[in-house]
Amino acid sequence: METGQLVAALATGVHADRVLFQPHDVSPYECDGLTMFKAKPKVVVLPETRDEVCHVLRTCKALGVPVVARGAGTGLSGGALPHAEGVLLVMAKFNRILDVDADARIARVEPGVRNLAISEAVSDLNLYYAPDPSSQIACSIGGNIAENSGGVHCLKYGLTVHNVLSITIALDDGSVVTVGSDALDSAGYDLLALTIGSEGLLAVVLEVTVRLLPKPEEMRVVMAAFDDVTKAGDSVGNIIAAGIIPAGLEMMDGPAVAAVEDFVKAGYPLDAEALLLCEVDGTREEVADELARVESILKESGATMLRVAKNEDERLLFWKGRKSAFPAVGRISPDYYCMDGTIPRKHLSLVLKRMREMSERYDLRCANVFHAGDGNLHPLILFDANNPDEVKRAEDFGAEILELSVEVGGTITGEHGVGVEKINEMCVQFSSDELTQFHTVKAAFDPTGILNPGKAVPTLNRCAEFGKMHIHHGQMPHPELERF
Amino acid sequence: MSDFIATLCSQLAAKQPISVIGGNTKGFLGGRLIDEPLSMREHSGILSYEPTELVLTAKSGTTLAEIEQCLQDARQMLPFEPPRFGEQSTIGGVMATGLSGPRRMHLGSARDCVLGVRLINGLGQHLKFGGEVMKNVAGYDLSRLSVGAYGTLGILTEISVKVLPMPEIEQTQSLECSQAEALEILVRIGRHPYPISAAAWIKGALAVRLSGAASGVASAAAAIGGTSLPDSETFWAGLRDLSATEFHEAGRWLWRLSVAPTTPVSAIDAFCFDWAGGQRWVMTDPDDYSPFDIASECGGHAICFAKDRSEGTGMQPLEPGILSLNQRIKDAMDPHGLINRGRLLGGTH
Repeated sequence: METGQLVAALATGVHADRVLFQPHDVSPYECDGLTMFKAKPKVVVLPETRDEVCHVLRTCKALGVPVVARGAGTGLSGGALPHAEGVLLVMAKFNRILDVDADARIARVEPGVRNLAISEAVSDLNLYYAPDPSSQIACSIGGNIAENSGGVHCLKYGLTVHNVLSITIALDDGSVVTVGSDALDSAGYDLLALTIGSEGLLAVVLEVTVRLLPKPEEMRVVMAAFDDVTKAGDSVGNIIAAGIIPAGLEMMDGPAVAAVEDFVKAGYPLDAEALLLCEVDGTREEVADELARVESILKESGATMLRVAKNEDERLLFWKGRKSAFPAVGRISPDYYCMDGTIPRKHLSLVLKRMREMSERYDLRCANVFHAGDGNLHPLILFDANNPDEVKRAEDFGAEILELSVEVGGTITGEHGVGVEKINEMCVQFSSDELTQFHTVKAAFDPTGILNPGKAVPTLNRCAEFGKMHIHHGQMPHPELERF
Repeated sequence: MSDFIATLCSQLAAKQPISVIGGNTKGFLGGRLIDEPLSMREHSGILSYEPTELVLTAKSGTTLAEIEQCLQDARQMLPFEPPRFGEQSTIGGVMATGLSGPRRMHLGSARDCVLGVRLINGLGQHLKFGGEVMKNVAGYDLSRLSVGAYGTLGILTEISVKVLPMPEIEQTQSLECSQAEALEILVRIGRHPYPISAAAWIKGALAVRLSGAASGVASAAAAIGGTSLPDSETFWAGLRDLSATEFHEAGRWLWRLSVAPTTPVSAIDAFCFDWAGGQRWVMTDPDDYSPFDIASECGGHAICFAKDRSEGTGMQPLEPGILSLNQRIKDAMDPHGLINRGRLLGGTH
C-alpha cells in the first residue's frame, strides 16, 4: 500500500495534523523501551477522540493494514515496536482522568494517563492505585493493561488484572464494547481477564476503571545483608512460612548492589553477596508487630546486617536504590539487556549458580535484581551494542536464562510481556497445540489479524525454524554442511 | 496421561459430545446439561503443594474438603473462601462456577487466585496454560478465562492456585443498623486501611470481619465500634455456603445480584448483602425474572440460585456486542460445540 493512499484514507476521519508520515516525523517512534529492535512505521496517528481511533481501525481493517497501539513506549519487550507496513496508533493524547469516586474508591481514566498520575490525583483523598511498575512515573495505564504490569508491591496487592474493574475497548472493526463493570464480576466469560495482558493483539483500550485502595497508615522497610544468596533466598521462604506477606520483598545480588550504591549512595553494604529489602505496611500496630517478627526471622536466617529505615526519607532512599537498579547498571555498561523470567522461589540458588556459569561462558557480566516474594527475576546482562559479537552473546545468554526458567517450572516472562523479544522462547514454553489455541482465540477478536501482528504468539513455522536451531543442544541441523 | 484423560480426549477428537461434573453440588446453577454427565471425581489428588511457595496444584476432581484440610495443616487457606454446597464439592467445580465467598472483597476472587490450568479443549487436545508461579504473562490468560465458564470452554483437569497464610486472629464486629446505614458506614470506614476481610448486612445488623495481627485487629475493632459477634465462624459459613436460614424460603426463588457496592439500597430489595454491598441477595416468586432487569439497570448482573428452576440458564442475558465475543470465544475453544452442551449461552450449540 502506498503511503499517500493510506494517509488519504486515514485523513477522511482523523484531523490531518494528527497523521504523521514524513520520515523525520515518524523516526522518534521507531522503538519502545527495548531499543535493540527498531522499525519505522509507515504512518503515525495521534488520535484525540474515540471516533478517530475507531476510524483508524475501520480504515486499516478495510485496507488490510497492521495497527500497533502504543502508550508511553516504556515497554521492555518490544510490544509497541512499530510495523514497517502499518499504522502506529499513539494513545498519548488520551490523558485525562475522567472521574474519581472516593466513596466507591474507583477512578475512570483514559489509557494515556500515567500510572503514577492516578495515585497523585487521589492522594489528597488518602487513596492510591496499587500496581507500581518501576517505570510508573512514565508508563501509561493503557500499556499496563496490555502487559498486565506488576511492580514491587504485587505479592500483597496483585497485578493490573487484580486492580482493574472494567475497560472500554475498540475492536478490530471499530466497534466499542465495555468488558467488566463497576460490579466485582460480570456475566458471561471473563473477557476482562483475557484482554488484560493480551499485548495489544485483541483490542485497543479506550478507557479504564481502576480500583483504588486506602493508603496504609504506615510503611516501614528493613534492609538485610547476607554473605550468601542461598541464605537470603531461604529467609524469604522463612518469612512466608511464618504467615507474613510483606508489602514488598526485593533482593539484589552483589554486582547489583555495587552498581546501585555507587549511583544512589543508599547506604547499601558493599560486601554483601545479597541484599534484601522487606517492607511491611498497615496500621501502626500491625506494622510494629510485623516488623519485629520479620527482623527476628531475618536474624535467625543468618543476616549479617539489619537496618530498619529510621524515617520516611531513609525508607524512600532504600527504595530509591532498588528502583534505580536499571539506570545504575546503565552507568557501568554501555548497554544492558533485562530479562524477566519467573521461577519457583525454591530454585533460586540453583538458577543463580547456573547464571554465574553462563556469565563466565558468554564472558559477559550479569547483575541480578529479583522480586523475591513472587519469584520474578530480572537478570541484567551487560554488553556493548557496538560490538556485534557481544550483542549476539547477550541475546544467547538471555535466551538460555529464559529456557532455564521454563526448565525449573517457571515462565519466560513475569511482567514485561513477550512482545518481539521473547517470541522464540514461547516455542519452548508452549506446545504447538497450545500456540494454535492462542491463535484461534486471537482470531475470535481479530480474524484478519491487523492488531499488533507478529508479536506475543509465534507462528508454528517460526517455532519449527527456531526448534531446528535448538533441539539438539546447540548442534546445528545438518552438521555435515559447511556454514558461515 | 491417565486412561481417564485419554478417553476424554479421544471422545472429543471423535466429535462426541461430553458433559462433565465434579461433585454435582452446583448443578442447579446455569442451564441443564443436554448430555448425561460424567463425574470428574475419580480424577483426584493434590499434585504439589509447598507452603513457602504459596502455590497448590491439584487434579480437578479433588474435593475442596481435601484441599482445605491439607492447607489447614500448614495454617494456610484458599484466599477467596469458596462456598461449598456439599461435601463432594471439587476444586474443578469451584473454578468452573467461579464462585467466591465473603473474603472475596479483600483478597480477591476465585479467578484472581488461579495461576494456571490444564484443560481439554473441544478438539480433544490436553493443553496447559499459565503455570505455578505468581507472575506469568506468557500467552493469553486462558486460565482465568476458564474460571466461571462452567466448563464450556474446556474440561478442566488440573488447577494451580495461589494460597495465603491464615490470619493470626479474626474478630467480627456487629453493628445494628438499617441496610442503607450499613452502606454509609462501609463507605466511611473503607477510606481507612483497616484489615477488613468481610462485610455483610443481614437481619438488621452490619457484620464487619477483621483479620490479621492481634494488635491491628483490636485497634480497628475499637475504631469501627459495635459489639464483638460470638461464634462468628458459623455466621460467615452461613453466608458463604448459603446455609443460613434466610437463604431458604419455601416456594420462593433465590437470586444473587452482582452490582457496584455503592448501589443505593432503594434500587434493589435485598434481604442481605455481602462483599460490602457488591453482592445482594434477593427472593422472588417462582418464574419472576425481574432481577435481570433490576441488575441491568444498576449496571450489574443477576444469577438465579433457585433449585427448582427448569428453563433457561438463569444467567443474565448478555448484550449483543459481548454475546458475540462470548460466542466467538466458545467457537475458538470448542469449535464443534461438544463440551457441556446446554450449560451456558442459552443453547447456542
